[in-house]
Amino acid sequence: MTIVVARHEKISDRFYLVALAQGLVVTMKQMLRSLFGKGIVTIEYPEKRREYSQRFRGAHFISVDSKKTENCTACYLCQTVCPADCITIVAGERDAATSEYGVKKEKRPLSFDIDALRCCFCGFCEEACPKDAIKLSRSYEMATLTREEAQYDLKFLVREVKDRG
Amino acid sequence: MESIDLFSSLWAYLQSYDFIALLLKLIFILIIGPGLVPIMVWLERRGSAMIQGRMGPNRVGPLGLLQALADVLKFFAKEPFVPGTANKFYYNLAPIIAAVAPLAAFAAIPFGGTVLFDGYETNLQLSNLNIGILAALAFAGLEVYPIMLAGWASNNKYAVLGALRGASQMISYEIAMGLALIAMFLIYGTVDMNQMVAWQGESLFGILPRWGLFVNPLAAMIFLIGIFAETNRMPFDLPEGDAELVAGYHVEYGSTKFAMFFFAEYVAMSMAAALFVTLFLGGYGLLPGMEALAQYLAQVFQLEALGLHNLKTFLGVGSFLMKLCFMLFFYIWVRWTVPRFRFDQLMNLGWRILLPIGLVNLVFTAIAIYFIGSSL
Ligand code: SF4
Ligand code: SF4
Repeated sequence: MTIVVARHEKISDRFYLVALAQGLVVTMKQMLRSLFGKGIVTIEYPEKRREYSQRFRGAHFISVDSKKTENCTACYLCQTVCPADCITIVAGERDAATSEYGVKKEKRPLSFDIDALRCCFCGFCEEACPKDAIKLSRSYEMATLTREEAQYDLKFLVREVKDRG
Repeated sequence: MESIDLFSSLWAYLQSYDFIALLLKLIFILIIGPGLVPIMVWLERRGSAMIQGRMGPNRVGPLGLLQALADVLKFFAKEPFVPGTANKFYYNLAPIIAAVAPLAAFAAIPFGGTVLFDGYETNLQLSNLNIGILAALAFAGLEVYPIMLAGWASNNKYAVLGALRGASQMISYEIAMGLALIAMFLIYGTVDMNQMVAWQGESLFGILPRWGLFVNPLAAMIFLIGIFAETNRMPFDLPEGDAELVAGYHVEYGSTKFAMFFFAEYVAMSMAAALFVTLFLGGYGLLPGMEALAQYLAQVFQLEALGLHNLKTFLGVGSFLMKLCFMLFFYIWVRWTVPRFRFDQLMNLGWRILLPIGLVNLVFTAIAIYFIGSSL
């Protein structure tokens, strides 16, 4: 079935030159605006960065308490929920008798690896975590020169992230 | 004996004003011809950016002015790759013709009046040919060969298709352009560009300068559309098409050879713009108001008739360059305003609209000249 779309063209539209002149006026206006620094919508990236929303899902981090100990208790919930299967945790224990946390942080991750190349940044790990430990920061500069650098380990994850990056 | 005569006459020639003038003019042409290219590229990028509300390249050098230099260096640093199945001879020949032909056309275009120096008068034109504008057009017409050669010699289907498009487009628009030109020849009664400029130096109805644009706007229109098509500029850049033809005829070219095509495209644009300026915008004739400026300056600096003449010539070169720059900016302005045509629309416009209009314009001009004479 053909669909006929009626175009109501005035004579001036069919005579291409008038429309052309109008177009030239439009672009000239925009150019003059840009020339005086008004209509420019882009930013100069490395010097200026966009403020992304607090809900932006970027590079992972694990929150720490006031003594810089990670909040993660190696419960494996994030590893279980992760759809991309990119979290690998090895759990260990602190001695409850000598540790200042007592039974509170008895269990801890010995290693916590995230394969950022597999991650789809769905944020499920953050949702699942009962300790508010794993989080996604607002940092989006995640390009690396080697594949190995994209394997985030515990040392990287507990880095200081202010205001979600 | 003979050889000594030859040598001494050559030596005499080398010391004459003829030679020095020729050398200076050559240098000037070689500066404004290729020298306009980096400026054009810069203007094109910054201009397009501003029209689209961006900033454009602004990192390399002040205001990004050295960006073109960086591009050229990059091209020269690349590997000069020749596809194995290409016809090597024609493949290498095409960019050379492309770069040389428009530069040669520049030689025939006058960029100023005459300079008087020590009783010696020289024309500010590299070669004052009798056939004048026809020589420039002949060289401009050569532009279609590199496209066809490049397309065919690359042995690539995209390249051949791009070349076919380019060739048919240039040939169809050359006809309409030719008709517009003939109408102008009838009005000027000459093909010598210096005389054309002199004809345009008068004023029309006492207010407008008697430029070809105001005398015969229709011919100017057709010629303007024609040069857009001739130089493969937007909205007629059909020989290239990222969506359907990749880069068209120069898809197999890289490094220096691509740079030559790129360079040729911009030189051809400035050449076509120079032709348009000479034919329709009064060439090196002074812009309105400059005459008074010349008189004023002559009074301030107490110039004699000779000095005034040279000053006017100097201002004439300035006017020519200003008009040329406006035309070059116009190219960019149009490119970022108008969407491109489809190929059938392009052919329609060329054959079914411009050609008849050109013919009617020609006949009408001829009749008008018969009745009122070319003196207007
Ligand atoms: S964001 Fe999603 S994919 Fe990435 S680690 Fe968390 S749960 Fe896995
Ligand atoms: S990050 Fe949270 S969910 Fe994952 S193991 Fe640690 S405490 Fe459990």
